[in-house]
Amino acid sequence: MENLNILIVGVGGQGVILASEVLTLVGIKAGFDVKKSEIHGMSQRGGSVSSDIRFNKVKVHSPVIARKSADFLVGFEKLEALRAIDMVADDGIIISSNYRLDPMTVSAGSMIYPDDVEGIVKENHEKTYFFDHVETIEKIKNPRAVNIYILGALASFIDIDKEIWIEVIKSRVPPKTVELNLNAFEEGLKIGG
Amino acid sequence: MSKEMMSGNEAIARAAYEAGVKVAAAYPGTPSSEIMENVAKYDEIFSQWGPNEKVAFEVALGAAFAGKRAICAMKHVGLNVAADPFFTASYSGVEAGFVIVSADEPGMHSSQNEQDNRNYAKFAKIPMLEPSDSQEAKDFTKLAFDISEKFDTPVLMRVTTRICHSKSMVELKERKETGLNEFPKKNTRKYVVIPAHARIKRVMVEQRLKDLAEYAENTDINRIEEGTRDLAFITSGFSHNYVKEVYPDAHFLKLGFTYPLPMKMIRKFVDQHKKVIVVEELDPFMEDQIKVAGINVHGMDIITNIGELNSDIIRNSIENTKDEVNDIGVSIPVRPPALCPGCPHRGVFTILREQSVRVMGDIGCYTLGVLPPLDNLDWCVCMGAGVSMVQGLEKAWDDEHADKIVGMVGDSTFFHSGITGLVDIVYNHGIGTIFVLDNSTTAMTGTQENPATGKDIKGKPATRVDIRKICEAVGIKEIYDVDPQDLDALGEVVAKALASKNPTVIITHRECILLPLRAKVKFTPLKIDTEKCIGCKSCVSVGCPALAYDKKLRKTRVLPELCVGCEVCSRMCPKSAFTKNGEPLVYEKRHKIRGK
Repeated sequence: MENLNILIVGVGGQGVILASEVLTLVGIKAGFDVKKSEIHGMSQRGGSVSSDIRFNKVKVHSPVIARKSADFLVGFEKLEALRAIDMVADDGIIISSNYRLDPMTVSAGSMIYPDDVEGIVKENHEKTYFFDHVETIEKIKNPRAVNIYILGALASFIDIDKEIWIEVIKSRVPPKTVELNLNAFEEGLKIGG
Repeated sequence: MSKEMMSGNEAIARAAYEAGVKVAAAYPGTPSSEIMENVAKYDEIFSQWGPNEKVAFEVALGAAFAGKRAICAMKHVGLNVAADPFFTASYSGVEAGFVIVSADEPGMHSSQNEQDNRNYAKFAKIPMLEPSDSQEAKDFTKLAFDISEKFDTPVLMRVTTRICHSKSMVELKERKETGLNEFPKKNTRKYVVIPAHARIKRVMVEQRLKDLAEYAENTDINRIEEGTRDLAFITSGFSHNYVKEVYPDAHFLKLGFTYPLPMKMIRKFVDQHKKVIVVEELDPFMEDQIKVAGINVHGMDIITNIGELNSDIIRNSIENTKDEVNDIGVSIPVRPPALCPGCPHRGVFTILREQSVRVMGDIGCYTLGVLPPLDNLDWCVCMGAGVSMVQGLEKAWDDEHADKIVGMVGDSTFFHSGITGLVDIVYNHGIGTIFVLDNSTTAMTGTQENPATGKDIKGKPATRVDIRKICEAVGIKEIYDVDPQDLDALGEVVAKALASKNPTVIITHRECILLPLRAKVKFTPLKIDTEKCIGCKSCVSVGCPALAYDKKLRKTRVLPELCVGCEVCSRMCPKSAFTKNGEPLVYEKRHKIRGK
């Protein structure tokens, strides 16, 4: 693996930033040059959030991922995954939660949340993996560990030693939650089979 | 030597530490806020939030006059506020290194305009550096202090959102103590900028520019990166990364020192290539100067001067191509930011809408009151204008509409530039009604402390400046204190204030919901009795992300993971359908008002 572009999307407050921090450290430990970029500010108030993470064996120039060149699109919310679908490379992989969080435009009744977002994403992109938000929380026993579960899912497709992931997760989550998060990570790993 | 993954803002803060900075000041503003938050982690540096950018600038300049290195940081529009001392500091020069960081926002992710502050460097005849990543952000900031001392001038560091908020590896070094060992001796000809002294300095400033231009020719932060293909670019700042991404094997003249420009170097580079394209974000700052020097380059004839660039824009512009649009056949609803569940501003907008009041807004979270469904902000320009513009709006019609206009500032922007507007209203026969939305923090930029919070930048106790007492001292006779979530009380106060023929201030007191959330305070979410809900949408009209309206069922749902039980929505319900802890929420007085 020479380089890797990962785009994480979600809604402010969902844990996108922590997931991207972990991913960045994993890349560095695995010997890559890593750059990441995200937009802060107003996006913290329940707006769309995205984080671009790029690994390269030699050097990353721009931390910003170009259109149709994300190897992975990771969605914390399904509408946000759909919104970013143009960013995925043709042979890239989409991993997304089927969680639905209505934007204000929808909850106030002025716009419509499309029916069957999952179906639309799958129809437009072959390699797509959705996981069920509610079932996952039941399995991993804590809604706050969903971001680590998603990292597990991502790790199942990426050729980086599992131990590196575990080491970084241990260093980044609150000490009391290490076991819970590692369990969530292991559950996520099952996605790629 | 250790390495660390750092954002540009963290790297600039680290540079301040390593360069031996003694005093640092800023006013928060996206994307610059994390610079001072990170400087504050170093005990060797006296750091502070100033009430506005002008004060922050002057605090830092004072330290530089006193012979110690100093830095100040602000977002692009902040430099407008600090422009007065900025221009004259160019004449006075400094005793020790003085660096101003301007964080510009191509793309306006959270800003009101897209001004290119590189123009300030040329305008004030001050040298400027533009880094392309975090390592350069640190190296250039340290170099800026040396340049400042060598050429006796303030130095402008121009960064952009992508520099500030992107992370990459940075090599750390030790701190070196710098600055004078004794308090400087009196030097009025240099530091008292009266006309007689300024005329002498004026000539020196021009000579300094010539010397700086010579320096620019020889510094290694202006460098040629040889390529192998028949394409040549002049780049600076973050744009360099985008072009390098698309054309890694092109020829580059990468400029880190961008004012004054190394014109000899540029001429030589252009002479060696058939066609040279200048790539820069926003204004044709370099391009225009290069063309004025009689050098033939391309730039904005190929690449847009609007918005943030990216590698797709670069490729499409240069190769004259277009991205194919992939039509997925559905429209995706936009997801704009919104006031948080439990935000104390929500009640204010709800009442103002109920009373059909026109609102002169200000910069802060409450600017989000413009978005549907609240949709109740009429004007917004800059910080402080939420007070001063009310006077103009009202006097233009001899106060005829004063009973339907309010102005609005937050606690932080009250200190920033709201007080002077109040003085104006009191002094010049105004009768305006001004809201001060005191939520005990500077919320929009990430909950920084301010003079009203009783804490300094490090979170240590500080003297709390009393907003009410300032209003009294200014001469405001009618001042109301009210809880913005008590809609009944708020409604009465607003009606009284608007009817009054005196200038009036309404101070709303309730802390930003992010503060208790961060302290892990447990809230009790509301529930809805679906039998009672008639689907009238009164509750969702308050624009709360914790409510979802189901169009098919014609019922509202509460999202328990988001709801903090503030009861603004439930006060709007005509059927008392909301419950808390199993008890129905009934507000008799409220229903009477709504029944009118």
